[in-house]
Amino acid sequence: MLRALKLEPEKCTGCLQCEMACSYENEGVFNPAKSRIKVFTFHQEGRFAPYTCTQCEEAWCLHSCPVEAIVINADTGAKEVLDNVCVGCKVCTIACPFGTVNYNQDSGKVMKCDLCGGDPWCAKACPTGAITYVDVDNTGLDRMRAWAQQSPARPASHVEPRPKEIATYSRAQ
Amino acid sequence: MAWTGNVLRVDLTSGKIAAEPLNMEWARDYLGQRGLATKYLYEEIDPTIDALSPANKLIMTTGPLTGTMAATGGRYSVVTKSPLTGAVACSNSGGFIGAEMKMAGWDMIIFEGKSPQPVYLYVENENAELMPADDLWGTSVWETDERLHAKHQDPLIRIACVGRAAEEGCLYASVVNDLHRAAGRSGVGTVMASKNLKALVCRGTKGVGNLKDPMRFFQATEQGKKVLAENAVTGQGLPKFGTQVLMNVINEVGAMPTRNMREVQFEGAHKISAEAMHEPRSDGTPNLHTNAACFACTIACGRISTIEKGHFTIENKPKYWGASGGLEYEAAWALGSDTGVDDLETLTYVNFLCNEDGIDPISFGATVAAAMELYERGVISQAETGGIDLRFGSAEALARATELTARGEGFGKILGLGSLRLCEKYGHPELSMTVKGQEFPAYDPRGIQGMGLAYATANRGACHLRGYTVASEILGIPEKTDPLVTEGKAELVKAFQDATAAVDSSGLCVFTTFAWGMEDIAPQVDAACEGDWSAEKMLEVGERVWNLERDFNLRAGLTRADDTLPHRLLEEGANTGPAEGKVNDLQQMLPRYYEIRGWTENGELSDETRRRLRV
Repeated sequence: MLRALKLEPEKCTGCLQCEMACSYENEGVFNPAKSRIKVFTFHQEGRFAPYTCTQCEEAWCLHSCPVEAIVINADTGAKEVLDNVCVGCKVCTIACPFGTVNYNQDSGKVMKCDLCGGDPWCAKACPTGAITYVDVDNTGLDRMRAWAQQSPARPASHVEPRPKEIATYSRAQ
Repeated sequence: MAWTGNVLRVDLTSGKIAAEPLNMEWARDYLGQRGLATKYLYEEIDPTIDALSPANKLIMTTGPLTGTMAATGGRYSVVTKSPLTGAVACSNSGGFIGAEMKMAGWDMIIFEGKSPQPVYLYVENENAELMPADDLWGTSVWETDERLHAKHQDPLIRIACVGRAAEEGCLYASVVNDLHRAAGRSGVGTVMASKNLKALVCRGTKGVGNLKDPMRFFQATEQGKKVLAENAVTGQGLPKFGTQVLMNVINEVGAMPTRNMREVQFEGAHKISAEAMHEPRSDGTPNLHTNAACFACTIACGRISTIEKGHFTIENKPKYWGASGGLEYEAAWALGSDTGVDDLETLTYVNFLCNEDGIDPISFGATVAAAMELYERGVISQAETGGIDLRFGSAEALARATELTARGEGFGKILGLGSLRLCEKYGHPELSMTVKGQEFPAYDPRGIQGMGLAYATANRGACHLRGYTVASEILGIPEKTDPLVTEGKAELVKAFQDATAAVDSSGLCVFTTFAWGMEDIAPQVDAACEGDWSAEKMLEVGERVWNLERDFNLRAGLTRADDTLPHRLLEEGANTGPAEGKVNDLQQMLPRYYEIRGWTENGELSDETRRRLRV
């Protein structure tokens, strides 16, 4: 099963545990400045929002790379940067519509989320469940369930089977 | 080692900035932050100096776990000699500035002397530069923050600065970081402004690493987070209700200081409580907008609030229409119960102002309360207040008094003196609810006996964060003791004081101790830091820090006579509640406390204690 990072800003408290986990996994130090995931604070609105690469299927970054330094990890679906190939031209940072590929002046390469090879540290570190790693086909499941729960309940007295209209599946000629 | 090993020393008089290695010999004895910076202060200044003279130093300091993934590992402290108390000052704050200092590679920044002109310090990793702040002088914290972000064109800089109150000499001005977190107590902001230092602007991209045993560090910190998540207070109570969870609890046990501590229960407590902050207002929204975390905090007790649309305090003032730091228990108590004001929206507005211009809401609220009592007795006239009808319970008077104090205007100048100097000025020092010149926090020591001893002996003056025996006496953490008896309280106070001093020296937040004991904290420190950091060693460090602070104060001229409480708490019985008729029996606890501290009858460190703790 392919999985994706599911971000739920309404659960985020802005603690930056995800940024520290990400930077430690990738750089060996706690360093939000080098994190592939970022938490944004909208102070006047009292809102926090984590944001990172969504691993586009038709990835702009991958297609724009002139040296084919961005490749697909078949196991995770992640678009990964090959550091030994990347020349630091930054074209991918222009191509990405979401801004989630960024240059790292210390390495001279670009950096982006690689899903930690299928075990993303940010999701493990998040204390509130604002970042989870779930079935890529069902990232909306919880939200659907919440809305479904608000739909009208069947009255308790309603014991009669509901009349059914038999649908006609054959296309009208 | 999770220390960076680097200290930045800034001579404001000459403008010279230099890096130096952290004194690791001291770090082994004092760990970091509160303890280590106090050691620097103790060794480097004459404790008898005027706190607002250039001879004083101001140290911004982090702990070894600041900037790490340890839960709450984002604290920093501002250590200096206090202008309010004349004693040692150490004010602790969360937010993000402490971690940013560490990311830039600095354990500590020591400010010396006084700049000839207003300046701010800009730090970007190893580059540090003093920059002119003439255009920022006279502006609020919020405006300074906005202008500096615009000037540096860098949304990721972190800022700690002082507001107009500090510049105008308010003696309990704070250093505010990240817009609404503050090193709040004892006037550390006043010292900063006295040096013509407006702000620290920091940007760090180097990161914090160098852990002694990374695998063990992750195990220990994960285990710690699990304990916090599963504990009812840190896992449920604090995120949902914040520290305000205490408002109704403390009121019920009759320990809610009310109207300048004349009473011990506030009839309006439920209107300004955590529960009230969740209630929908006329527009359908509650006062509390969301909770918020400081750096690395998995508790997230911070409050983000809005003021009700159309409330009289914010009419035609759009800058207060958005969300910002909301009421915590101490602010809600001091600004509310102690002044008799039960309007949640006014208190939120006043809290915004305290952040906007950097004043300590505890000392401010308690000073207004003292002024209100003097006003009701006819000692202060309406002419002197500049027309403010300073009655207990008046939301309008409180709001106006705050505006004036925040800007250092009119009667606000006098309120900025603090409760003790204000009461002395009007000939009634006995009405000042202070210890060593610092105003009380939100627990009446007649209903919680141990807190009387904790207040009387706290090294920075009356303070709840130096020995929070409320945890044991009211909440039963780690075990329940009777709040109305004095037996065993000397031992309890000492244990809390030592443990807290250790936590405050680590980079962690003291709120973790609702769930964590030293056996949860020591493994995290030990896995990060060189040396052996067992629970016993941590408590020894705490005891050493406590004694060092005490010795600083003694050298500054304080004596055992300063280990006392106001007459009202020692002689006038509580008027209602479970503690009705009781006073604080300080003298039944104090001699025993000196004894177990290893101090003489005069409250001085004995030679044996000095030898044992190497102080």
